[in-house]
Amino acid sequence: MPHDGHDHDHDHNHHGSELSPIALRVKALESLLVEKGYVDPAALDVLIDTYETKIGPRNGARVVARAWSDPAFAQWLKQDATAAIASLGYMGRQGEHMVVLFNTPEEHNMVVCTLCSCYPWPVLGLPPVWYKAMPYRSRTVIDPRGVLAEFGVTLPEDTAVRVWDSTAEIRYLVIPMRPAGSEGLSEEQLAALVTRDSMIGTGLAKAAL
Amino acid sequence: MNGPQDSGGMTSFGAVVPEANEPVFHELWEARALALGIAADAAGLWNTDIVRHVRELTPPVTYWEMNYYEIRVNSHIKLMIDRGMITEAELVSGSMQVPPRPVKGVLTAEKVPAVLAKGNPASRESNRPQLFVAGDRVRTRNQHPRGHTRLPRYASGKIGEIVSVHGTHVFPDCSALGLGEDPQWLYTVSFTAAELWGKSARDTIQLDLWEPYLEAAS
Repeated sequence: MPHDGHDHDHDHNHHGSELSPIALRVKALESLLVEKGYVDPAALDVLIDTYETKIGPRNGARVVARAWSDPAFAQWLKQDATAAIASLGYMGRQGEHMVVLFNTPEEHNMVVCTLCSCYPWPVLGLPPVWYKAMPYRSRTVIDPRGVLAEFGVTLPEDTAVRVWDSTAEIRYLVIPMRPAGSEGLSEEQLAALVTRDSMIGTGLAKAAL
Repeated sequence: MNGPQDSGGMTSFGAVVPEANEPVFHELWEARALALGIAADAAGLWNTDIVRHVRELTPPVTYWEMNYYEIRVNSHIKLMIDRGMITEAELVSGSMQVPPRPVKGVLTAEKVPAVLAKGNPASRESNRPQLFVAGDRVRTRNQHPRGHTRLPRYASGKIGEIVSVHGTHVFPDCSALGLGEDPQWLYTVSFTAAELWGKSARDTIQLDLWEPYLEAAS
């Protein structure tokens, strides 16, 4: 429902009077930091463009697709995920120390950060709102199956749930189970089956057509 | 500290509400706030642990209601004022009233890709002996410091098993107070849902915990 209840087409050029208090405060902060020489406004544009267009869950999907199609790469991920993931060009801020978790019929992994919102940025981008919000942060550790149900995921009773609370600088990427019937697909086709939520552990990979 | 961030195990916040086709940012100011925070880190006047601790000092009701980016930007503003980069009066007026203070660096547009690719690794060399190995049973200390810690209340005073060892990492409890990095051994410790919550399920909860949080359990 974009535009629901709002008219986004009218004239915005009346002195920012429509900005919320926090939007005004951030605007004032930016002007001030730029004026004082602490911040380069061009750097802000590059940062935003990076997280809007370059770093996102498609990166992680490529890691998963490679893990599904290349056993040597999967093994490398188990031994040194940071290096294996960096070999695909994904590294750095909020992904300095990577660990991957392979889902199996016996074990389903899901990731949370109860204390803040730690999330593997280089492979998944910035976290969605629900990941940073209190319902997910508080309940995942005590009621993971209840949280999964809210994502429409029901696991077999004999599948154990392993919740990972990212309390340190280790960042976790879940490798979902490869969907049945995906044999013979290319890495690119496989990557298209990998959802962001399946790499957090709140979803499963899409079924192969 | 037993602050609003440490809410693992509470069940009263309601259902998780995923948003279909969620945009990266919902408002322009959120994007600017995120970028300003990353850019301001280049001043070199604080570290990740200090920033987290300042966020945790937000009063609980405010913290629980606030947008993530609002918590972030407010904490950065607090630090910038505290470190003498800006004043509240300047922020209200939106323009400079006192000269800038010296900072360690400024993030320019050209440096962004390299700075993001490098990140801020937390691993550090250390001569500390390693007390535990995978398979050891440990008990977390029943500690409730007034300062910053990464041992959540829900896992305090509980018995678990070491499942992996990550080398020595910056110790947040010390680093957040500006007292140095004091690298300590970092372990992943696995707890059963039975131990943490009295449930019979086979489910487990894993946490990454530094050695000072742990003692041997028989």
